[in-house]
Amino acid sequence: MSVRVFQSLPARPAPVQQGGAIGWIRSNLFADLRTTLSTLIIGGVLLWYLPMLFNWAVLSAYWLPDAQACHPVEVGACWGVVAEKYRLIIFGRYPFEEQWRPLVATLLMMALLIASCSRAFWKPWLVLAWVLVLAAFFWLMLGGFGLSPVETDRWGGLPLTLLLSTLSIAMAFPLALLVALGRRSELPAIRTLCTLYVELIRGVPLISVLFMASFMFPLFMPQGTKIDVLIRVLAGITLFAAAYLAEVIRGGLQAIPKGQVEAAASLGLSYWQTQRKVVLPQALAMVVPGIMNNFIAIFKDTSLVTIVSLYELTGALGLALNSDADWRPYKIEGYVFIALIYFAFCFAMSRYSLWVEAQVNKGKLR
Amino acid sequence: MNRPLSAPPKKSWSWQSQAFRGLVYQVVAIALIALGIWYLGHNTLVNMRERGIQSGFGFLFQTAGFDIGEDLLGYDSNQSYFKAFMVGLVNTLRVAVIGIILTTILGTLLGVGRFSRNALVRGLCQAYVEFFRNVPILLQLLMWYLLFTELLPDASEAWQAGSVFLSKGGLNFPIPVWEPGHLWAGLGLLAGLLLAWLRSRWARAHFEATGQPRSVFWLPLLIVVIMTVLGWLLGGAPTQANYPSKGEFAIENGGALTPEFMAVLLGLVIYTAAFVAEVVRAGIASVPRGQSEAAAALGLSQGQEMRLVMLPQALRVIIPPMTNQYLNLTKNSSLAVAIGYPDVVSIANTAINQTGRAVECIAIVMLVYLTTSLTTSAFMNWYNARAAIKER
Repeated sequence: MSVRVFQSLPARPAPVQQGGAIGWIRSNLFADLRTTLSTLIIGGVLLWYLPMLFNWAVLSAYWLPDAQACHPVEVGACWGVVAEKYRLIIFGRYPFEEQWRPLVATLLMMALLIASCSRAFWKPWLVLAWVLVLAAFFWLMLGGFGLSPVETDRWGGLPLTLLLSTLSIAMAFPLALLVALGRRSELPAIRTLCTLYVELIRGVPLISVLFMASFMFPLFMPQGTKIDVLIRVLAGITLFAAAYLAEVIRGGLQAIPKGQVEAAASLGLSYWQTQRKVVLPQALAMVVPGIMNNFIAIFKDTSLVTIVSLYELTGALGLALNSDADWRPYKIEGYVFIALIYFAFCFAMSRYSLWVEAQVNKGKLR
Repeated sequence: MNRPLSAPPKKSWSWQSQAFRGLVYQVVAIALIALGIWYLGHNTLVNMRERGIQSGFGFLFQTAGFDIGEDLLGYDSNQSYFKAFMVGLVNTLRVAVIGIILTTILGTLLGVGRFSRNALVRGLCQAYVEFFRNVPILLQLLMWYLLFTELLPDASEAWQAGSVFLSKGGLNFPIPVWEPGHLWAGLGLLAGLLLAWLRSRWARAHFEATGQPRSVFWLPLLIVVIMTVLGWLLGGAPTQANYPSKGEFAIENGGALTPEFMAVLLGLVIYTAAFVAEVVRAGIASVPRGQSEAAAALGLSQGQEMRLVMLPQALRVIIPPMTNQYLNLTKNSSLAVAIGYPDVVSIANTAINQTGRAVECIAIVMLVYLTTSLTTSAFMNWYNARAAIKER
């Protein structure tokens, strides 16, 4: 009988480095054959095209507002078009010498928008500030009281985009609240009316609502009444946005357990007290992402008013370039420019929505 | 305490009664709305009489008198407005249906790509979503249209790949000429589909009985392909096709897609796919991690895990928002009017300008979209009911 001698197994190799940059690259880019292959292919394509894009946009681009100098530059972008036309793109047909007014109005509005995003400003006087700023906005844009009057059909560009989106969001929200509550009401007639409204509006495209506001609305009004096209379009967007917003809010209302309402009833709260103090704070907090998505959608949708001849950003670009043979070939640069403006606003809103969501959910974290 | 111990006696016609108050609110609401509608209707009638606008849908049978850039119905300008609207409807549906199919494919790929083990793939998918959903669809459509009409070469210098041409005039490609032999191929396809369906039924029954899985995708697909090819061969293997060729000013013959159609389709697909990608990502993320670990523990392959465990659960979360995206795509196709693709809105716009019948034309547009929306959501609701959890 042979003697069994204890022999230790050879040590296993140390595990591959997992942490650090190299570890991350190894596990995320070169984990196995398939990952490595796709990394190489995609990386190759990116390395091929990104420098070309960079070259077009920056290195070979021409930046000065000189159409003649742009022509020989074939490979690069001609940002001169933006340098030359930016006032027309941003302010539309607003009288050239008076364009400081929309500039100040826009800056005021944006300053307040940014301020309203911060928690420190969520005070009752913020409402007052909004009323004042909106009044100032209209005064600056419309004129009167010492400023020369400017018709609304000459408004355009970024101020119009901001005005349309801010006002329609502000007006759609309370309407949407009412409709959402109405759809969950116990009164059959009110429930039916609200459901009908929401389903009808959500079934048709915004453009048909805008056509209605611009072609049919004048027919609806009594003889001789003339309502500004800006107001009609604003009403159209508001009605449209409210239907979508109402559905989002209804989603939140449905998620509130029945016990909450029963508890409120047993405390003797009335219907409106129950909604205001118990149901809505919880329901709205739950659907913050949906509401913010809706706001972003409204902001993007304001671009459609260009189809009914209001020259907001998108329309103002066409206005600036379509009739100018020198600059028309560089429209694509113009599109990139306003696409970046839209992107900046929408991206900021979506990041902000993440922050609000985190704020609202703080109470749920332990 | 001064309060009476018992509740006051209920008076059904008193303001204290909730039912009575509810009734009053409803009557008031209905009366207000009826009054509003009557007021608007009355104004409209008065206005129309004053301005001498005729009303009614009779104009639909008058001669339209305008040409439509692309139609599949053989329309010409001597035909009626009704026919023109039908052409517009077909164009809208064509973009919507093809768009929905392509969007689903692209969006699903992008959504699944967010879970890739490769950081580059993840990053690219995220960048795509962030960029394309934050720029208005109208702007994207205009940009695509500009790219197609300005930056592509003229027809005389069209880019060519085999018999496919791409130029400012659009995309031209060969289409097979109809021959009786194709009927045989069609019959073969039908027979193949039938066989594949029978085989799938058998495979399911076999799986239920014995637990042995049988191929449910590749083999049926092979059956369909083989049967189609067999039918084609049986019909004499017709290969004649209508090839496009370079003419003096334009590419002639063959099938063609106009730049308007391509711009609308591409714009809608690329924009909506960004949203669909998010929907798919959220759906997959909603399936608890334990499910995939359990599937792995049972020894399911990656494909089986996806097909049998992950997808059925993710679909429940995916389908309702996906329906919304389909509806959005259909409704956004109305923006085609901005770049001159003759969809139903564009036809209505022309008809309004020619006849002044704004009310009727907008009513037709709304009816078309309402019908499409309601049909799509009815279909998706049916599909959703199939995919939902079967509870007692």
